[in-house]
Amino acid sequence: MTTKLFGAKVPRVEDQRFLRGQGRYVDDLLTDDPRLLHAAVLRSPHAHARIVDIDVSDVLDLDGVVAVWTWDDLTGPMAEPLPLLIPHPTLTHGRTQYALARDEVNYVGEAIAFVVAVDRYVAEDAVARIRVDYEHLEPVVGIDAARAARRTVHDDVPDNVGARMEQENGDARAAIAAAPHTLTLDLDIERSACTPMEGRGTVARWDPDTSRLTVWSSTQTSTGVRGCVAAKLELDLAKVDVITPDVGGGFGVKVVHPWPEELLVPLAAKTLGRPVKYTEDRREHFISSAHERAQQHHVEVGFDDDGRVLGLDVEFWHDHGAYTPYGLIVPIITSTQLLGPYKPQNYRVAFESLYTNTVIVTPYRGAGRPQGCFVMERTMDAIAAYLGKDRTEVRSTNFIQPDEFPYEHGLVFQDGRELTYDSGDYPASLAKLKELVGWDEFEEFRAEMAAQGRKVGIGLACYVEGTGVGPYEGAHVHIETSGKVKVATGLTTQGQGHQTAFAQIVADTLGVRFEDVEITTGDTRKMPYAVGTFASRAAVMSGSAIHLAALRAKEKALRIAAEALEASEDDLEIADGVVSVKGTDASIDLGTVAVLSNPLRYAFDEASKAATQFSVGDPGKPPVAEDDEPGLEGKDFYSPPRSTFANGMHAVIVETDPDTAEITILKYAVVHDCGHLINPMIVEGQIHGGVAQGVGGALYERMAYDESGQLLNASFMDFLMPYVTEVPTSIDIDHLETPSPLNPLGIKGAGEAGVIPSAAVFAAAIEDAEGFPITAMPISPSELFELRLAHADEPHPTSPSLGS
Amino acid sequence: MKPAPFAYLRPATLEEALAALAGQQGAKVLAGGQSLVPLLSMRLAAPSTLVDINALPDLSHVAVSDDGVRIGALARHAEVLASREAAERQPLLAMALSHVAHATIRNRGTTVGSLVHADAAAEMPMVLRLLEGSVDVASVRGRRTIPAAELFAGPLESTLAQDEIAVEACFPALAPGAGVAFQEIARRHGDYALVGVAAHVETDGGEVTRARVGFVSVSDVPVVVDVTDSLDDPASAALAELEPADDIHATAAYRAHLVKVLTPRVLADAVHHARDRKKS
Ligand SMILES: Cc1cc2nc3c(=O)[nH]c(=O)nc-3n(C[C@H](O)[C@H](O)[C@H](O)COP(=O)(O)OP(=O)(O)OC[C@H]3O[C@@H](n4cnc5c(N)ncnc54)[C@H](O)[C@@H]3O)c2cc1C
Repeated sequence: MTTKLFGAKVPRVEDQRFLRGQGRYVDDLLTDDPRLLHAAVLRSPHAHARIVDIDVSDVLDLDGVVAVWTWDDLTGPMAEPLPLLIPHPTLTHGRTQYALARDEVNYVGEAIAFVVAVDRYVAEDAVARIRVDYEHLEPVVGIDAARAARRTVHDDVPDNVGARMEQENGDARAAIAAAPHTLTLDLDIERSACTPMEGRGTVARWDPDTSRLTVWSSTQTSTGVRGCVAAKLELDLAKVDVITPDVGGGFGVKVVHPWPEELLVPLAAKTLGRPVKYTEDRREHFISSAHERAQQHHVEVGFDDDGRVLGLDVEFWHDHGAYTPYGLIVPIITSTQLLGPYKPQNYRVAFESLYTNTVIVTPYRGAGRPQGCFVMERTMDAIAAYLGKDRTEVRSTNFIQPDEFPYEHGLVFQDGRELTYDSGDYPASLAKLKELVGWDEFEEFRAEMAAQGRKVGIGLACYVEGTGVGPYEGAHVHIETSGKVKVATGLTTQGQGHQTAFAQIVADTLGVRFEDVEITTGDTRKMPYAVGTFASRAAVMSGSAIHLAALRAKEKALRIAAEALEASEDDLEIADGVVSVKGTDASIDLGTVAVLSNPLRYAFDEASKAATQFSVGDPGKPPVAEDDEPGLEGKDFYSPPRSTFANGMHAVIVETDPDTAEITILKYAVVHDCGHLINPMIVEGQIHGGVAQGVGGALYERMAYDESGQLLNASFMDFLMPYVTEVPTSIDIDHLETPSPLNPLGIKGAGEAGVIPSAAVFAAAIEDAEGFPITAMPISPSELFELRLAHADEPHPTSPSLGS
Repeated sequence: MKPAPFAYLRPATLEEALAALAGQQGAKVLAGGQSLVPLLSMRLAAPSTLVDINALPDLSHVAVSDDGVRIGALARHAEVLASREAAERQPLLAMALSHVAHATIRNRGTTVGSLVHADAAAEMPMVLRLLEGSVDVASVRGRRTIPAAELFAGPLESTLAQDEIAVEACFPALAPGAGVAFQEIARRHGDYALVGVAAHVETDGGEVTRARVGFVSVSDVPVVVDVTDSLDDPASAALAELEPADDIHATAAYRAHLVKVLTPRVLADAVHHARDRKKS
């Protein structure tokens, strides 16, 4: 019997390749092709300006320059604005940029001209020769400026408001008015960004003989890119192949498509008849891809003596940057996922999505949830502090209970479907977390440290994450005559370990060896129907589809094997790629079954002789039955009724230096519930990475824009992504496995979990250490120092929010 | 992020290198490249010619004598840091170098290059000032020695002429009865300091006879303040001569605060150091 792999800590098979430098990323492709050309982009140095004139006359004089494009050179759909990917009825003033700026630029970094040359050096030299005449316009930078609306980003968008949206369940304002206690909070989160190791990149090759375009792109959605390239270049979809090679991280930014370069590279390749490559550099990634997170919230909450929330009213302002290609997904997620594991009796949320003259805002790992979690958890801590209660007690009082699932919030989620939680056990998670972090023993520890003149604080934060959004993913499973299994699913891989996790599912479902399973992702030639890898959906969506497709292949294998073995299908079992009649020696290899599944006229090797016309089949019947197909394959799609909701809780103990205000992490604990774990090692890896990224977002990273809209820290020298020395040396993790009833494997997504509660949990712990409220994140030692000065005159409560 | 075109020379002798520099107004020396190459890539510098000195002979030494430590232009930070003799003769070298960047950058970056680069946020220029060391430079016009007090002209600006190569830096030995210490606060491990402070004290029979403190990242050039007469409040004396500024990582007030926190600590460490050296 094959050992069960689902749930086992199978080491990632892709790591050998990645760690030995054998990954193949977009920039590695076609490097030996002497005809390959390279592109560079002229980007706006101004945050807001009208383009009066572009003079490219010096460019083509430069040796090695092949072509240059500005908006004037674009025709047909390429001259139209880029698509607004996810329209929404409340996005009344959605705007997208042109592939190359037409007559206005709205952020530093916006693409203006595209140069193709023999190498990137020459292309950059050429870019430096382009002269642009700008008429300067006043920029709108930051949420305050956008709200004040003394000037606007787009002439035809009054007050900088792209959308205003409101949802309500019950009557929040009436409930707050009637509540025994009320509190008001104003909270702030700044910008950060995905900053994957590999930036964006695209290579394209046009084959004039077949009129086919092949595009390799570092994307989270190859089918999305394919659709856009075909539409913009006016090509038949069938003439465009998009392949996603190894991708060095995405974290959300690469689900945005088409990037200007993702269209201009194929356009150039087709126009010039030579392959063209664009590889984004780090500075470009900072100023011309996407950011996230910036929001301001105003919260009013009414609650009773136990801390039970009776009404919650949240208004927030979301900075979406200069354009809205990704619609309202981020603020909609914030507004709904803010609720976490709680059930406020009445909830109203309203937001404005605002234009600023800065880089566009699209989902970054967590996608609006870190802000929502920050707001809800700050509110819970404020209630506890106000009532003098333990912070875990207030949370328990507000939890949705295990017997209340499915729990309907009466709101609409990001996928346009009901916000209904499928399963979870929040009290059990909290009990585990308290144990893991030593919640009940903390006061002793605090006293011990205080005796040494040291300051410590503890915080916790809970979140619920809608994962595995639709519409669907599919899979194709093909058992070859060698017994090897080739699986294709259309979504992409950015390093998550899909080869490993998906192969585990196939090995178990089919009864084949793990080593015999090969997974292909993100190749539209192999699976043209797909959505993409984002929103913690790959395991849920493709994992389920692969399972269903493997079941179909298995069904067929059993039927053919039963015939060959002259046994009943019910008496068969498959293990290690061999079908056998239970309790006998009668058996047949799956490879042989595959041979039999495909009636042949011509033998091509020893094994295939068994399938030729004089060897098999009833001469009285058609070789392939009417309702059958040749080959041992299975294909299926999985499309869920709605998202499945994972959850988790983090706790952290920090030390704040009384003199230098430096913040040190002493202990970090995570309890995580993503349903059944396919591979706990991969899930824990995702959590480790998420926590590290969360530490960055909470304590180090920010986008430092000045008033003129220049990004002052557009490099890794000044954008402080944490090094390994800044992240906790260990993270204590415990799992709960509450299966999802929505999919055949009972799984939920895990990709974003680690990063969601970071801002909330660090704010809570620092507040606990310092004794004054933390209302804005991220926080640096310099800011903590300034806060200490501001609060210096206040009496210092011994144990601020933990209660006594 | 690709450099603008430049000519590249890799001379085999110092004479050739100096001639190349003298013949080309826009020529620049390339040592470890850890500061220069990023500037080229971001097109913040566009020299006409790079004169790569990595093939020059006899410049990789970390030579320790009774007078002190002489560091050749091609000695990498890592080699200086690894030299036990150097650390014994002048302990401040290793104390400060462990804060310079990360291991991979120290493997390539040169200590002399760091001095010539003259970044007020860099550790070694301040250390050279505090220890009253010097740099020997050569050009087709001859050789000269620049004392540390005259080496730093402004932010990222040393007093070397365009055609000069720094061939060696000299860090004086730590005298008997003297002690040194170094501390810095950086945002991340290995980053340039928000504030870095080093102290050099001389003692006589347990009494501090001379005390000087050097500062990183709180002015445009490395600053050294003599606090011998203000040992009761050395930080205030120092702040009077410093110009902490706001940037995206810290406010001026926070930097000033760190000066107040670190200065007495580092001075106390240096006094301890002097005492401990006497014992051993
Ligand atoms: C990520 C990162 C972090 C860093 N962190 C720190 C830090 O915390 N502290 C710190 O001090 N430094 C830091 N550095 C800089 C590092 O120490 C550099 O190596 C050093 O400043 C310059 O030495 P180099 O040999 O690389 O010089 P290069 O980069 O080759 O040259 C720098 C400049 O000095 C000139 N030059 C170099 N050598 C000579 C010479 N012999 N004669 C005349 N001119 C010369 C060059 O022409 C150039 O103008 C960091 C660098 C990086 C990339």
